[in-house]
Amino acid sequence: MPFSLFVQNVLNGAGLGLLYALVAIGYTIVYGILRLINFAHGDIFMMAMFFVYYGAFLTPIPWGICAVLAIGLTILLGVTIERVGYRPLRGAPRVSGLCAAIGMSFFLENFAIVVFGGRPKPFLYPDVLDKVVIIAGIHIRAITFITPVVCVVALLGLNYLIHRTKMGLAMRAASRDFDTARVMGVDINKTVSFTFGIGSGLAAIGAILWAARYPQIHPFIGVFPGWKAFTAAVIGGIGSINGAIAGGFLIGFFTIMLVAFFPSLSGYKDVFVFVILIVTLLLKPTGLFGELE
Amino acid sequence: MLKIKNLNVFYGGIHALQGISLDVPKGKIVTLIGANGAGKSTTLRTLSGLVKARDGQIKLDGEEILGLPSNEIVARGVAMVPEGRKIFPNLTVRENLAIGAFQRNNKAEISKDEELVFTLFPRIKERVSQKGGTLSGGEQQMLAVGRALMSHPKLLTLDEPSLGLAPLLVKGVFDIIKHIHEEGRTVFLVEQNAFAALKLADYAYVMEVGKITLQGTGQELLQNDQVRKAYLGG
Repeated sequence: MPFSLFVQNVLNGAGLGLLYALVAIGYTIVYGILRLINFAHGDIFMMAMFFVYYGAFLTPIPWGICAVLAIGLTILLGVTIERVGYRPLRGAPRVSGLCAAIGMSFFLENFAIVVFGGRPKPFLYPDVLDKVVIIAGIHIRAITFITPVVCVVALLGLNYLIHRTKMGLAMRAASRDFDTARVMGVDINKTVSFTFGIGSGLAAIGAILWAARYPQIHPFIGVFPGWKAFTAAVIGGIGSINGAIAGGFLIGFFTIMLVAFFPSLSGYKDVFVFVILIVTLLLKPTGLFGELE
Repeated sequence: MLKIKNLNVFYGGIHALQGISLDVPKGKIVTLIGANGAGKSTTLRTLSGLVKARDGQIKLDGEEILGLPSNEIVARGVAMVPEGRKIFPNLTVRENLAIGAFQRNNKAEISKDEELVFTLFPRIKERVSQKGGTLSGGEQQMLAVGRALMSHPKLLTLDEPSLGLAPLLVKGVFDIIKHIHEEGRTVFLVEQNAFAALKLADYAYVMEVGKITLQGTGQELLQNDQVRKAYLGG
């Protein structure tokens, strides 16, 4: 493989890996605080794409602003889903929350079919993302280059929120011990809303970059990325943010590398993800960064 | 300062608190003693809003706080040292203290209280950047008390602070409680270690299966035959 192609593949793999990481974080932080697998997370990811699509399609607002507004709307959607769908079940047996999450996922998918239509739509994005830049003789599509950069900035922002703000402190405390956090004066409802907001915001950023990479969207577009990101979170150790990042990066990066080095195996790339899952869980059942409770 | 009246709490079908009433006057140490399962912790958990009561009153400085969410109760000046310390193992010592001050926003006053905790517990100061989980049991108990003080409470409540500590450390904990009280704070102490608690307390209540069965000054109860037999080993 020529060096320039290798660099392209590395960037491509890093980008996909980081996209999975952004989505996986949403699963892991919600699980960390509520012990709930939010099956609707992949569909929140899908909704973010449609928010940008309709914003850019129906209004004269510039694309960049549409993208920012869509992130805001997705955060609102995530917070609302928790408020309406999950909060009334707080304290109920865990299986009730699980059912609610699966139901919410079906609801969002079918809502999208009815309102947006089931036929795939071309996702519009600024031409600049398609521009080929040449760095040191290597040709790279702008989006391939921008994706990892935006993801890393988002992760730095997340790190700041979690480790330097009061709400982040509340989140980390509540994820260990709900009751003690409450007795310290932490407002649990606010903290849970904050958590859903962060998870949904990261999913929205991931979704927009995803749609610019693979520019066709439909109501089920979130299903497979969602499952893989969830798998990534489990590989990393569900509940651990670093684990979600590592797991996401691992499966994204190695999927691209597998296809690059063994094109004949590309049909098995999804199988490959789940092989990583099985091997990880066999060797370390709590996941890479997970701890026993 | 704190007045609990006719408090009834049910866990499912179990009548855990059966119309208990007690008073914690300003500036005093009041203790609630009793055997395991008598309802002592339930009383504290209801006071801090973790457990819902069926009926009754809990008044703090004349204001009803029963039914308020926990964070509101903390904001009104009730801090708790929970049973088993419950230090956040994933947070640093400094972060554990910071979360104790969660309801407060005045940074200058918060760091003043942090200094106060450090003078009270120099050991904690040495460990500020360590994770809470790496502390020894005794250090964790100090941190749990320090964390509660960080909310600048009117009323400090402690749930079995001596539980699981070596005898020497138990004495240390009671000395600290005494010291905190002498600095003018009101303390409500729930303990199984009746002897130590009664020696310290201005006033004491004895609880048995959901009811308060005896009350009196610490000294009176130390002399009481019933108490001596049941809790002090004769």
